[in-house]
Amino acid sequence: MTRTELTIAGLGGQGSILAGMMLGKAAVAYDGKFATHTQAYSSELRGGFAAAWVIIADEPVEYPRVIHPDILVAQAQDSIDRFASSLKPGGILIMDTDMISNIPESVNGVFRIPATSIARNEVNEPVTANIVMLGALCKCTDLVSRIALEAAIQEMVPKGKTEKNMDAFRLGYERVKGA
Amino acid sequence: MIKARTALAGTHFDMGNWACAEGAIAAGCNFVAGYPITPASEVANYMAKRLPQVGGIFLQTEDEIAAICSVIGASWAGCRALTVTSGPGISLMQENIGFAVSTETPIVIIDVQRLGPSTGVPSIGMAGDIVQVARGSHGDYQIIALCPESPQEMFDLTIRAFNIAETYRVPVFLMADGFIGHMREQIIIPPADQIDLVERRVPTVADPMKRQDFLDIGVAPMPVFGKGLQAHVTSSCHDEHGMRNLTEPAVMHRYVMNPIQKILTHRDQIVEVREDYVNADLVLVTYGTVSRSARAAARLARNQGLRVGTLRLITCWPFPEEAIRKAASRVNNLLVLENNSGQLYPYIRAEAAHASRVEFLGPQFLGQIHDPNAILEKVKEMLA
Repeated sequence: MTRTELTIAGLGGQGSILAGMMLGKAAVAYDGKFATHTQAYSSELRGGFAAAWVIIADEPVEYPRVIHPDILVAQAQDSIDRFASSLKPGGILIMDTDMISNIPESVNGVFRIPATSIARNEVNEPVTANIVMLGALCKCTDLVSRIALEAAIQEMVPKGKTEKNMDAFRLGYERVKGA
Repeated sequence: MIKARTALAGTHFDMGNWACAEGAIAAGCNFVAGYPITPASEVANYMAKRLPQVGGIFLQTEDEIAAICSVIGASWAGCRALTVTSGPGISLMQENIGFAVSTETPIVIIDVQRLGPSTGVPSIGMAGDIVQVARGSHGDYQIIALCPESPQEMFDLTIRAFNIAETYRVPVFLMADGFIGHMREQIIIPPADQIDLVERRVPTVADPMKRQDFLDIGVAPMPVFGKGLQAHVTSSCHDEHGMRNLTEPAVMHRYVMNPIQKILTHRDQIVEVREDYVNADLVLVTYGTVSRSARAAARLARNQGLRVGTLRLITCWPFPEEAIRKAASRVNNLLVLENNSGQLYPYIRAEAAHASRVEFLGPQFLGQIHDPNAILEKVKEMLA
């Protein structure tokens, strides 16, 4: 049984939870796998803490919590402070370098992507930073297939914004560096 | 049994609360009243959009008291009616849950439980209402409550809740929690023609004095309004025709006991458990979301050569005492796992302690379901 656990976290408004939903949707609807998505967020509309936990497996997910993720996708320094220490030994970190300055030495497999500035300056849609992160994740891991993730994103973004989001995804896929 | 008229057939990836709402739609629910509350709001929100599409009505009331009263009224008007809330809302509804019991009104109440007491933590699930739903209204009565462990079961058991409500003319609780209410997973919705629904039995004789409308242990047909049937519906002590009677002890006795017996004599048809403990030295007894931790822990234990099984109470009310006694007679150790301080534990111990050792383990932090490794440690301690 393969079971991969992921934490994706950021600040309220960055779209971490939505990105987690897209991963789960890609796995279940397009890759024919099983996924469990859970989430937590503080009560602020913007700026509070937000996180999603996604488990993707070949069989139905039994235990639904993520305690030590294999993958941490961090969109803010707060996410590192909360979750970096929970990473499994040998786990990988994918981080937005525009938002994060300090990472603990204990983390080895680090992938870096300036997602916020790519979204703001190249896609011209700041809200697509989470999609840039998904592009990076897709390049660095085999959690879900590229076809599945692109299909899930297209299904879940507002109509008329598909092209911008696909640009964001592609830039994340191409620009991620590290490990 | 009839077949469902509509169902959003297919494989979905969505929230437990969404699955619950679609389960209600498939079950033919055509009236929902509610007042928004985290972590249950998505059910009401979605129903406000979805019900008009299938010819139903969503009513946002001024509070939870009005919500349950509307739902009881709608049921008496012939609707398949549901209300949805969380613990604080259940507290407000308790008086009228008794009214529904007393008047033998089929309704479904969804409790997406959250951490309490009081306002507590809105977004964190905890099984804190398990006893209050069975014992929270005054007087003496029995209740039926089902405990889903996944979004898929929030779909399946919502349909079952409607079927039980209609079969026995009783309020039925679905005891979800914030964790699975907000959890997204694969949800498979079968085609409508594969979903069986219980149709409400309605009498044809107009005169209530020539019918038995209440206090039938075998379940009386329900004289819903709007069909030219005269009927008298009161929550005060009444006889078989619904006529108020505050003078005869024999009627008072039947008024309390027959609705209780109506549930207890059908216990075997109502109670559903999942047993997986053949040749076990220890059985993990659970209900709701924690059942998933228990199965994961049992797997870990078996991988280490420990004979650990599971007993899951899908129905927690009426209390599955026979299933507990059976487990106690076959297995020497019972470990009860609940996401609370031990609410069903005394009930389980009462049925099991004569035959086996019974212990309790809560999660490390209430509101976070048990880590399977913590369960395994306790198992090792008990089997040492």
